[in-house]
Amino acid sequence: MGPILTLEDIALWYGPIPALDSINLQVEGGEMLGILGPNGSGKSSLLKVMCGLLSPSAGDVLIRGSALRKLDRAEIAREIAMVSQESHFQFSFSVTEVVLMGRFPHLGKLQFEGKHDLEVAREALQATQCLELADRSIHELSGGERQRVVIARALAQEPKLLLFDEPTSFLDLRFKREIFQLINTLSRKNGIGVVVVSHDLDLAAQYCSRIAMLKGGSIYKQGTPEQVITSSNVESVFDCPVQVDKNPITRKPRVSVL
Amino acid sequence: MTEPALKRPLTRSRVALLSSALGLLLLCVAGVSLLLGTADISWDQILGLVTGEEGQSDYARLILFEIRLPRILLAGLVGFALALGGVIFQALLRNPLADPFILGVSSGSAFGAILGIVLGFGFSIGVPVMSFAGALLTIAILLQISARKMGMESSTILLTGVIINAFFTSIIMFFISVSADAKLHSMLYWLYGDLSQTKFEYLLFIGPVLLVATFMLYRLSGQLNLLTAGEETALQLGVEVKKTKRSLLVLVSVLIGTVVAFSGLIGFVGLMVPHLVRMMFGADHRLLIPLASLGGAAFLIAADTLARTVISPSELPVGVISAFLGAPFFIYLLRTKGSQWDRS
Repeated sequence: MGPILTLEDIALWYGPIPALDSINLQVEGGEMLGILGPNGSGKSSLLKVMCGLLSPSAGDVLIRGSALRKLDRAEIAREIAMVSQESHFQFSFSVTEVVLMGRFPHLGKLQFEGKHDLEVAREALQATQCLELADRSIHELSGGERQRVVIARALAQEPKLLLFDEPTSFLDLRFKREIFQLINTLSRKNGIGVVVVSHDLDLAAQYCSRIAMLKGGSIYKQGTPEQVITSSNVESVFDCPVQVDKNPITRKPRVSVL
Repeated sequence: MTEPALKRPLTRSRVALLSSALGLLLLCVAGVSLLLGTADISWDQILGLVTGEEGQSDYARLILFEIRLPRILLAGLVGFALALGGVIFQALLRNPLADPFILGVSSGSAFGAILGIVLGFGFSIGVPVMSFAGALLTIAILLQISARKMGMESSTILLTGVIINAFFTSIIMFFISVSADAKLHSMLYWLYGDLSQTKFEYLLFIGPVLLVATFMLYRLSGQLNLLTAGEETALQLGVEVKKTKRSLLVLVSVLIGTVVAFSGLIGFVGLMVPHLVRMMFGADHRLLIPLASLGGAAFLIAADTLARTVISPSELPVGVISAFLGAPFFIYLLRTKGSQWDRS
């Protein structure tokens, strides 16, 4: 089986300003790719290119072999789901209703959700441990619960590729861990390709199977966490003195700012 | 499997059932309204008219079928369109305080209509088209100003609406001040919203237009649900956001333009009714659209009945009633929920 997502020589300019340059990346099913880099290194732009929110100025994005720019939004939504930093709900939808919104790309115009859609939604809620929240209003939930519901909505899309844009930046330690663990399980169990943009080097090192480190819009290094998260790489990309050692329990790289 | 299945949130039959129930309520309100008025017409007379019994006065027939009925029908259609317009604006702007009147779309539309009258266009097509153009122009201005900043804070968009409203109202007043007295009376009434000047032929124009626009809007109710979660989210969930927004804007302009051309400025219907429906039946547009529109129709018929009976034999413009109820409601919403909505 070929890669789920392929980026071929991607470049992106905002007017005259280059944001991304000659990016080549592949994401396989079942793997979790972490994208790291300082502010302004192009992480979020890269994620937006991956899901078709931004069209690249040059190069091609292929999702399971077909070019993203030739697909309509519903076709893309059946392949790729995205979870952003934070979600806002202006109106009081129930948790079930929110998750069922993920079924939209699978439904025809004005179709009501059927048995199968409900079953998919139920499984998504179960996977994110939100089943007991199903009848609550989205407004009553805590930040961590809401983020889990949004992940459930993304799962209900039945995507082949799941993108996360700093999914835990507004969450406390426990929720951070829960969300990362959840993402990790999802990628391994469902064979989904996962891409996570994160500011948290330690969490990324612990959970991601592969890391791509961005600097100034290009990939500086990519490989396993052990290969990429080294003190010399981190120091030159983040421009900050660090020490990298091994976490004695997880045996993964651990970054300490000096 | 031990896990229980999810409660099914919304089905077609639930939509049909609740819509029929509200439709029945609407008929009751219209029926009661037909009985009430300055002229005293008894049940017996109405029964006589309906059964075609001889000897009934032409006076009763005139009052019921030439005066009250067209007015009730107009109130229903206008309330229907304004409430539906409110629902669309609220989803589009992700702001539960949006309403065609508050946003200045109604006054922009009225400006177009009055311009049409001044230019000598007829009510059959020229004035409504001008009114539609006015609504579309206002929405374009509104979106242009508020789109600068993604997320669109409640306060920004509402302030923009207030300013647009003031601007167009001043132009309308200018026209009233300089126009010849024959047209003056009907124009002054524009500002308050008035349903007394209607004819059956107008209804034959408004009815079909609303029917088509409503049907097309209802087909977009799934997209509307997703748009309330934000444009980027909607895009990621498979909505062709640009195309959908364009359709919504044109359709809602048709809706508001058509009714404002015949009713003038009636505020707050699009604010109160959708909010109450959402509180009782949830925010899913597949249910919200039919219930809010039918509720809007019932509400405005009731308000107009009040307008023509409360200081009988004189009449109030219906806009006075709707603003009298709506303005405190708006403040209540702003106080209790405003801060929550601003966190966008």
